[in-house]
Amino acid sequence: MLRFLFKGVFRDRHRYLFPLIIVSSGVLIMIFMLALINGYMTSFIRANAGFDTGHVKVVTRAYAELISQKPYDLGFLDIQPEVQRWKQAYPQLEWVQRIHFGALLGVPSLGDSLQEQGEVICFGLDLLTSGKERQLMNLDKALLSGRMPLKPQEALLSDLAFKRLNLKLGDKILLFGSDVDGALSSLQLTVCGTISFGTQALDRGAVIADLSAVRQMLNMEGGAAEILGFFRSGEYSQTEANGIKADFNRRFSDPQNEFSPVMLTMADQNGMGYIMAMIDHLLGIFSLVFIVILGIVLWNSGLMNGIRRYGEFGVRLAVGESKLHIFWTLILEAACVGVIGSAIGIALGMLLSGYFNLYGMDVSAFSRNSTLLSEDVIYTSIDIPSALAGFIPGVLSTVLGAALAGIAIFRRQTSQLFKELEA
Amino acid sequence: MKTPLILILTLLATLCLATGPDVSTLLKAIDANMTSASSKSTTRLVINGRRASRTVGSVNYAQGNDKFYTEYTSPPRDKGTKMLKLGKDLWIYDPASDRSLRISGNMLKQSVMGSDLSYEDFMEETKLVDAYSGVLSGAEELDGRSCWVLTLTAKQPNLAYYKRQLWVDKERYVVVKEYLYAKSGKLLKSISASDFRQTGSRWYPHYIRFKDELKEGKGTEYYIDSIQFDLAIPAYIFSKAMLKK
Repeated sequence: MLRFLFKGVFRDRHRYLFPLIIVSSGVLIMIFMLALINGYMTSFIRANAGFDTGHVKVVTRAYAELISQKPYDLGFLDIQPEVQRWKQAYPQLEWVQRIHFGALLGVPSLGDSLQEQGEVICFGLDLLTSGKERQLMNLDKALLSGRMPLKPQEALLSDLAFKRLNLKLGDKILLFGSDVDGALSSLQLTVCGTISFGTQALDRGAVIADLSAVRQMLNMEGGAAEILGFFRSGEYSQTEANGIKADFNRRFSDPQNEFSPVMLTMADQNGMGYIMAMIDHLLGIFSLVFIVILGIVLWNSGLMNGIRRYGEFGVRLAVGESKLHIFWTLILEAACVGVIGSAIGIALGMLLSGYFNLYGMDVSAFSRNSTLLSEDVIYTSIDIPSALAGFIPGVLSTVLGAALAGIAIFRRQTSQLFKELEA
Repeated sequence: MKTPLILILTLLATLCLATGPDVSTLLKAIDANMTSASSKSTTRLVINGRRASRTVGSVNYAQGNDKFYTEYTSPPRDKGTKMLKLGKDLWIYDPASDRSLRISGNMLKQSVMGSDLSYEDFMEETKLVDAYSGVLSGAEELDGRSCWVLTLTAKQPNLAYYKRQLWVDKERYVVVKEYLYAKSGKLLKSISASDFRQTGSRWYPHYIRFKDELKEGKGTEYYIDSIQFDLAIPAYIFSKAMLKK
């Protein structure tokens, strides 16, 4: 029966060509879009984790309450022995320690005052003992001129501030801020390079200095404001992160002590959980929209086909074939076209996604004014479940289109058949 | 004829007692206690942070309300930090970088040495009577002392605190307690003073507790260990050269 239908469909170009093109193009687009969304998601997680949230983050309970303000004065002091214990307890994680703070940036003049002043965001990162921060913050890419700091007294300055202050590489800058106790503190640094992250807030005025110098300035010896953990695999897993968080908070956190550590997962910070859930739901929404749109297009195509095959159905009904049987054969024909069209779409979609997986897609023009942290080049991410997710809607939409068009069969009156055929 | 006259006088006296003294007279008396032609003091600021308390010692010189010089003497990390106010300008000298920084704009709202005092608090230079108008809102007993309760409203738009509520000792004309409000009516700071000592005709508090009501913590305690009024202070003390000395 199936073989008979197959022959029938593929010997009549009008029956398969248009639906096949529609289904395969639809599946191709869907597979590619899913791969792009997955790729964007991976890039989004990587950028946000590296820049701000980590896969998990450990802060004090007091800091966690005001985390959006980054209150370094509520950070950890002398925390290194504790960090060693965490490293042993969770070998699957790599740790980095950071301090963010706001300061006044000045350029020392020959006199006793400052030539220029402006507010800057400062990052105290471990730049000298490991290359991890360079990779996480994408510093090598952000570096516009000069080089990375090699000494604690050297720093990177955002390129816009560097130009605004008419500085030269090797010039001295002075940071004025408050130490962990709120007392006035300062730090003199030599600018060894300039950076641009492509984010307006940071590019207007950011200073990246070594953690050791920042600790000294802020009177936070052995301390850190935030301690970020990253899975050694590089992939974020919400389930694993939740497990580690529950275990960590049970073992190391004391609800009675506001300066005891507390672990947060990436999803707990900056509304990331909501964004990730929303992107996950996109898959379902996408499939539904795909089925409805393609279903309508194929319904139309089925109607056209039905008009063309009006006589054929009439003859089949006249010789005694039941309406339901004709309807089912139509559905089976559509399923055949759907399966083959979806298979072609998947193959083409995988090819296209594979290309962008290899070479990436430059989206910097779209993300220039975005406040969301994302990378400029997105690499599509292809996997088997996404490919299968394209297959099912491909077949479903074809069947749906045929089913809607096939309803017309049931409206034919047997008593009128011969009149219709004569006409 | 006599009876109505006595009645009227009694009524007037009662009214006077009920309305209390003139507010501007009270403010003048407070200003007379708290301001002087010049002063030199040795003080300790005990800053009770969320994590720990620390004590910052300083020597302070003041001339009128517009010249002020402070040199921090302890702890070692803060020793040598200096603050100079000349009229509307305020400079901080940082010994670590050997640089001075002019404090202006939003920075004036920042905390001084992590305390509950802001730089803005140091910038107030007008006397209460010139800066505020007020009403007498009642009388209360506070720490065993009878006090007038005053509610003051700023006459000028640029003052740090739009509204103040003062508890003023009826006999000594010193402020025992004070609430400072923003224009929105939000309580920004509370101040309480005690250990009042008399120097000549002047009463002056030797312990003041400041509490920034917008942040957590137990407030800042200000101890005046010694204070001299109306003494001759060399002019160089209030010069920028003093910052680097």
